[in-house]
Amino acid sequence: MADWAGYLGLMLDGALVTAKLTVLGCALALPAAFLAGLGRLSRHATVRAVSVAYIEFFRGTSIFVQLFWAYFVLPLMGVTLTPLQAGVLALGLNVGAYGAEVVRSAVQSIGREQHEACVALNLTRWQSLRHVLLPQAAVVMVPTFCNNAIELLKATSVVSLISLSDLTFQAQVVRSQTGSTALPFLTVLVIYFAYASLISAGMKALERRMTRGLDGLRT
Amino acid sequence: MTDAIIDIDRVTKRYGSHTVLQDLCFSVRPGEKLALIGPSGSGKTTILRTLMTLETIESGTIRIDGEHLFQMERNGSLVPADEAHLHRMRTRIGMVFQLFNLFPHKCVLDNVTLAPMLTKGVRKADAERRAMELLDLVGLADKARAMPAQLSGGQKQRVAIARALALQPRIMLFDEVTSALDPELVEEVLNVMRMLGSTTDMTMLLVTHEMSFAHDFADRVLFFDRGRIVEEGPPDVLFTNPTHERTQAFLKKIIAAGQRI
Repeated sequence: MADWAGYLGLMLDGALVTAKLTVLGCALALPAAFLAGLGRLSRHATVRAVSVAYIEFFRGTSIFVQLFWAYFVLPLMGVTLTPLQAGVLALGLNVGAYGAEVVRSAVQSIGREQHEACVALNLTRWQSLRHVLLPQAAVVMVPTFCNNAIELLKATSVVSLISLSDLTFQAQVVRSQTGSTALPFLTVLVIYFAYASLISAGMKALERRMTRGLDGLRT
Repeated sequence: MTDAIIDIDRVTKRYGSHTVLQDLCFSVRPGEKLALIGPSGSGKTTILRTLMTLETIESGTIRIDGEHLFQMERNGSLVPADEAHLHRMRTRIGMVFQLFNLFPHKCVLDNVTLAPMLTKGVRKADAERRAMELLDLVGLADKARAMPAQLSGGQKQRVAIARALALQPRIMLFDEVTSALDPELVEEVLNVMRMLGSTTDMTMLLVTHEMSFAHDFADRVLFFDRGRIVEEGPPDVLFTNPTHERTQAFLKKIIAAGQRI
């Protein structure tokens, strides 16, 4: 029992790895989502095809398999990644594919009259997107991006399969060393929940900030 | 008709099997104020949308200042216009919509300055100074920092007019700009248009159901029905002494609905 402090330290190390994977994974997923989501709306058939291929591949195959590919198969092609890099790559590209559909549908949800105002004001397609459509679409994206970020957080537990000592992995270690099951798993539960709440709260604040003024309540 | 600023020649436009514009021909002189009236679905809004390049046409030609709108010359022959050509043609035309179409995420001032800064490279300070002049012109200088959602319909429409004017178009298209407004807000928008009509030499085309306004404002009135111009003439003649029975029937209905002409 004397080692509880040490075991807690192990769990916190795991929590740090999980946090790192989540933050870096999101940092990759976000640009991937925008690139592929806007790519699907492109005028150029090739860009659309590449985006669709990416989205369908990463949504249509298991994250386990994607992770194994990133870690075990890529080295056969001459690309060797650390477990963290492989984990971030698989998580980011996987969640990015879901995010791409969020970006696409949000941009498409902006009414035709906004497009028409852009044409009447002679803005180019890119200017319309950048200054008129995306700023409005971003507000629509935030709640779903919040879901995606929490999904990514929970999906990080698969990385223990490629020997990364994340939160779930460390809980298993503590369990096997102490024989106590409930306590480590309760700790894990609480930490995941705290992380998810943090993401939720952050996204809510972001949403409030972005919708300020749109409803006419600002004075 | 080389002196026409807008020349529309045998234009046909279809949505599927439904013909919206049927061999339409008319031209507009520079500075002319034209009112397009007629029942819903008669094609009058479609012609404005087509001039703004929001719609394409199946056949016929449209020229602005003698230059083809939907075609351009390449190696001596006419080919379909590319985006750069449309972009250049649109600089001459501005449009105000029935539902204002303001950008809800930008304040009034930014709504007005956005396009001049992006499409003409006007510096921010200059764009803002010009925007304030225009907002002053439409009586909304004190709302420059307000968000569109804080404005009444009439105020939104006046901002939309200022926004279109900021690009200094030679032709302005007004598409039922008072139809979505509460009755008590209609007059403030019409006043702005009256002022524009009397103080600028812009060519103005307006689609409207406000007959008495069309009567006072327009140099010429076109009566549309089923994609064609049935009758046209100066407002005094067309409103008081229409020759075509469909024009007579339409005006009778309007008067029965309680409008003054």
